[in-house]
Amino acid sequence: MSDITYSGQTPVPPPEVVEEHHPHHPFLQHHFEDLGQQHEASTLGMWTFLTTEILFFGGIMLAYWVYRLAYPDAWSVASTLQNTRLGGINTIVLITSSLTMALAVREAQLGRRLRIVAMLFLTLIFGSLFLGIKMYEYHAHWVEGLFPGTAWHWNENPDLAPKIQLFMTFYWGMTALHALHMVIGAGLLLWFMWRAWKDQFGPEYYGPVEVMGLYWHFVDIVWIFLYPFLYLIHGHKH
Amino acid sequence: MSTSQTLYDVRSVEPARTRNYLNEDYGFFSWVLTRDHKRIAILYLISVSVMFVIGGFFAMMMRLELLTPEGDLLTSDTYNKFFTMHGIVMIFFFLIPVIPAVLGNFLLPIMLGAKDLAFPRINLLSWYLYVIAAVVGLVVIVTGGVDTGWTFYTPFSTQYSNTHVFGTTFAGFIAGFSSILTGLNFIVTTHRMRAPGLTWYRLPLFVWSMYATAIVQLLATPVLAITLIMLMIERTLGVGFFDPALGGDPVLYQHMFWFYSHPAVYIMILPAMGVASEVVAAFTRKRIFGYKFVAFSSLAIAFLGFLVWAHHLFVAGISVYSAMIFAFLSFAVAIPSAIKVFNWTATLYKASVSWQTPMLYIMGFIGLFTIGGVTGLFLASLGLDIHVTDTYFVVAHFHYVMVGGTVMAYLAGIHYWWPKITGRMYPEWWARLAALLVFVGFNLTFFPQFVLGYLGMPRRYHAYAPEFQVLNVLSSAGASVLAIGYALPIVYLLWSLKNGRPAGINPWGAVGLEWTTSSPPPKENFHQTPVVTWEAYDYPGLLKAMGETQNV
Repeated sequence: MSDITYSGQTPVPPPEVVEEHHPHHPFLQHHFEDLGQQHEASTLGMWTFLTTEILFFGGIMLAYWVYRLAYPDAWSVASTLQNTRLGGINTIVLITSSLTMALAVREAQLGRRLRIVAMLFLTLIFGSLFLGIKMYEYHAHWVEGLFPGTAWHWNENPDLAPKIQLFMTFYWGMTALHALHMVIGAGLLLWFMWRAWKDQFGPEYYGPVEVMGLYWHFVDIVWIFLYPFLYLIHGHKH
Repeated sequence: MSTSQTLYDVRSVEPARTRNYLNEDYGFFSWVLTRDHKRIAILYLISVSVMFVIGGFFAMMMRLELLTPEGDLLTSDTYNKFFTMHGIVMIFFFLIPVIPAVLGNFLLPIMLGAKDLAFPRINLLSWYLYVIAAVVGLVVIVTGGVDTGWTFYTPFSTQYSNTHVFGTTFAGFIAGFSSILTGLNFIVTTHRMRAPGLTWYRLPLFVWSMYATAIVQLLATPVLAITLIMLMIERTLGVGFFDPALGGDPVLYQHMFWFYSHPAVYIMILPAMGVASEVVAAFTRKRIFGYKFVAFSSLAIAFLGFLVWAHHLFVAGISVYSAMIFAFLSFAVAIPSAIKVFNWTATLYKASVSWQTPMLYIMGFIGLFTIGGVTGLFLASLGLDIHVTDTYFVVAHFHYVMVGGTVMAYLAGIHYWWPKITGRMYPEWWARLAALLVFVGFNLTFFPQFVLGYLGMPRRYHAYAPEFQVLNVLSSAGASVLAIGYALPIVYLLWSLKNGRPAGINPWGAVGLEWTTSSPPPKENFHQTPVVTWEAYDYPGLLKAMGETQNV
């Protein structure tokens, strides 16, 4: 029986046969065939991850919309409590950071070491500026008593106050989750600046910067939704 | 290219004498820092087995309590905690990861002819997240437990329960990330790392079902994550996403929870269906009837599974029109599920079946899953659902799917691939005995619960009316048989690690890339990247080749 063979499948070489190793790129991981496959895998990996992120933010946005449609008056008043100007400035800051991030990817493709570092640094600066302005807004809300729970003491509109508190719970929850993603992105930027400084990226190997860029743009896009949801849509004027 | 595969390899080298993933490297850190998908599968195997024993302990204590109508062994509070922790441990820490993270981890790259999953470090990270979640869960259990039921319904979970809701939901949240990362790895690996010639329609059906599972993991789990975050915020800060006092809606919580947790049922059952397809083909030595139908029915289940969640809310006050639509969509899921059952049956038709242990389990799986699925249709019927909501009928139904379905198929899979994983055979006689005990014990445990539920015994109470005692005693007796059936494999599989007969490359004479490499496989899975030129389950070609050899 041991000699029955089947001509459809591949042979099993004896275990002693060891695959010969070709010299390859230092960042090619052993389980990929080539850098192209590695690049495609990591890009698809990030897109797949971003899909889960869409569902993650989508869940809380769904809840936000359920209540927005149920309580249009409270939501309308609550939107006017936001600092639209600072939110707008922050939107511009974040879009600018996406531009510098995209330029960093471009420089990585061209392999210009110092320019990659510079563009990543600029992205980090704009990201930090965004977080700084956000902190200022948080502080202002805290002082006004617009932090839900026991710290709540905003009571200008007693009828709508409970539902405005519900709105503010979404405000803090959604913007804090967004800010957390920004902080993670900032950490990645520091790491990538160090890698770029070590001259690890170039025309052959720029995938990680591109993948990092996808993440950064996604976090940017989340804010593009949050800004109108939380600041701009007033329903009708009071 | 001259190609050949040895069938019934009787060279059967002692596993220790080949270079393989087990003896590539030694020591504690070579395991806990490994990036080899096969070793990570073993780490998962050990972890989920531990959690299974813990979850089983709670089940046994409940069945012991329910021997008598009086609530005499456990107080009602303790009983609440026990059914909650039984559910949480079994669902989040056993059923969700068991087949993908153990068998899928081990087999997916090998079935694709790849050296590893696309992201080995993320794969290891997913195991660490699982362990962190499990440790948090165990700390919760040891320090007093949780009593909300595994569904954490608000407002009980946010305002009234004085048990460890936060810790438990946090554990669920972390376990969710582990599940997401596994799914992400499977999707990318299936898309980007198939061997040359391995087209989608040449993939084993196990890979199709893993792919469909991964889609559900990726799209459903993040919604659970955000829901649990909202619950944790609400409980900790005393603010209300779901608090009626602030205009919040507890039913919204149920919608968001079941948007994950119903598809999660398909995270548990789709991999089981994949195992069934592999085992049915191998032990009938036939190509699976209607390959493409079986493949696409996995995707159809994954898709439709997202559209049925509100059938858990029929009594929660949703509108009758949306209830009707969700009832209809729930019926629709039965179609792709039935397609699978019919195609397995058609494969079995006029086949000469080898009744070895994996096939015994799969025969049990097909029958029990069918009962579980059909009673699911009872529950999807609006009028009947109201009668049996929150009764033992529901308990029996989902145990037929989860335990009769997923656990049976997992046991089939672990026996079928045990020779590949360890290089040694399990003892066939003991394994058949265990399969028989599991089947008998399972039915004895859960069939009486259908009757109990239909007669009106509510779930989640430690005491019950005396007229239900006979059926409850039967159920508890069945649970004892089931426990022995589950304990046996733990003993003889461990025994076989040292004493099992060396398995050789292909002990079943099965077709598939995993049966072309040595047992256990080398670290890089294949000594050279395979080139696939044959269809999946090419048993006709194999039988022809055997016939030719005999004529020579």
